Amino acid sequence: MNDTTAATLDDTATDEADTTTELLDDELLVEEISIDGMCGVY
Amino acid sequence: MRRLLTSDHQRTVLDSRLVLDPQVALRPEPFGALAYHYGNRKLIFLKHPDVVRVVQHLDGAHTLAETLTACDVDETRWPSFERALTALTESEMLHEHRIEHQVTPG
Amino acid sequence: MSTASNTKSHLVEQLKEGLDAPICLTWELTYACNLECVHCLSSSGRRDPRELTTDEAKAVLDELHDLQVFYINIGGGEPMIRRDFFELLEYSIDRGIGVKFSTNGAFIDAAKAERLAAMNYLDIQISLDGTDAVTNDAVRGEGSYDTAIQAMNHLRDAGFGEFKISVVVTRHNVDQLDEFKALADSFGAQLRITRLRPSGRGAESWHELHPTQAQQRQIYDWLVAHGDNVLTGDSFFHLNALGEEPLPGLNMCGAGRVVCLIDPIGDVYACPFVIHDEFKAGSVRDEGGFAHVWKHSELFAELREPQSAGACASCGSYDACQGGCMAAKFFVGIPLDGPDPECVGGYGEAAMLEASADTTPRPMMDHSKPVRVAKPERVPVTIGRR
Repeated sequence: MNDTTAATLDDTATDEADTTTELLDDELLVEEISIDGMCGVY
Repeated sequence: MRRLLTSDHQRTVLDSRLVLDPQVALRPEPFGALAYHYGNRKLIFLKHPDVVRVVQHLDGAHTLAETLTACDVDETRWPSFERALTALTESEMLHEHRIEHQVTPG
Repeated sequence: MSTASNTKSHLVEQLKEGLDAPICLTWELTYACNLECVHCLSSSGRRDPRELTTDEAKAVLDELHDLQVFYINIGGGEPMIRRDFFELLEYSIDRGIGVKFSTNGAFIDAAKAERLAAMNYLDIQISLDGTDAVTNDAVRGEGSYDTAIQAMNHLRDAGFGEFKISVVVTRHNVDQLDEFKALADSFGAQLRITRLRPSGRGAESWHELHPTQAQQRQIYDWLVAHGDNVLTGDSFFHLNALGEEPLPGLNMCGAGRVVCLIDPIGDVYACPFVIHDEFKAGSVRDEGGFAHVWKHSELFAELREPQSAGACASCGSYDACQGGCMAAKFFVGIPLDGPDPECVGGYGEAAMLEASADTTPRPMMDHSKPVRVAKPERVPVTIGRR
């Protein structure tokens, strides 16, 4: 496989990963954190 | 195709008339907002200003779908908003407004 | 799920820049205490005559209300020693600020337990450092185990509901984690385990008391396996470098960014583990009160700048452990951009060898009671009572 082909395949894989990442990021619009989960309080 | 992941519950959340629980304090922040429920002591980070806008627009009279439309949220983003508002409902931050209670807007 | 942690890291990066108001904060109401725990982070024992008055305390609560601080964590010393304890509790709750207070339980009798049980928006945290009197009392003093258990009994009998049992993990109680969980379960209470820092009197006992490297692994593994309903105050994030799964919590130092300390005389510090001039941000008695200190202090502005990874920059674990705890580093004499003394990679041990005993900071506020010299045999001399 020559370098150009490898690059093209990589680009496609990256694009798909980005789209998935974007969607997953959108999914996590809220997050519950314990109010006890702050370092520096009793 | 991501809609395949939605359950019955999440499909109907768009039809629900949600309202912020009076025991919840919503504190706007640069990243979005902090929501703290004084009753169950849960603390939730609302991680995007758009979620905050939607929550602030909930009046118990309009459905979530109507609210999302009114807040100019593109329909492609609705699944993630459904998930977020469902999570807020499960944490008791939001609840379904009862149809029987005729609330006079004021 | 690496994407989940990417999203959380984005949030965490924003929190590190500081918020316009704390989310919650620690407030030590008094340096007076009926106990003299060997590891006391505030070196408590004697009341400081400069303590905030009731009116001054209420003014601070008014400010916290305006800032929309959701919750305060009250401690000391022993906060229930203050005569206005209940007055301040009720004032805070009336102003919409939830309260959790940390206590050794000596002042929770049946009547107080009833009174506390009737209050809303109130959490109680009973301190306990051993599941038997021998282990606990070695650190907290003779009788303190019984005192704590009795307070828990009173709270249960009064129907208080779920209180917390808070444990500082040491070399001597790390094997008791299962028993602590069982104890909490037996009371319907929630277990909280926290990290020992070399702060206050802890500076003197830290080298003997802090968990070994092997025990740190034990703590991490235990939390991963059993920590579902166990709180940690996010104090073990330095252990995240041990595994793939980060412990629950923000896993960041909140000092001066999302939390801080108000001490009994109104001084504001980055957190309760750094009661030292180096980490003093100002005073609530200054012009502009607490709000001004939080928003404009130089120290907090510095802490809200991006922190240098320093010596840890080349370590692959830095993302997970964030370089650990600045209080732990400070009081053993390691530079703040150096490794945590309990660095799981072992880099802290080397750094401590380099630290000189002369330059290791000493706690600046020491309200410890005078040391009583133990008499090995009876001497016919009357020694005045305290």
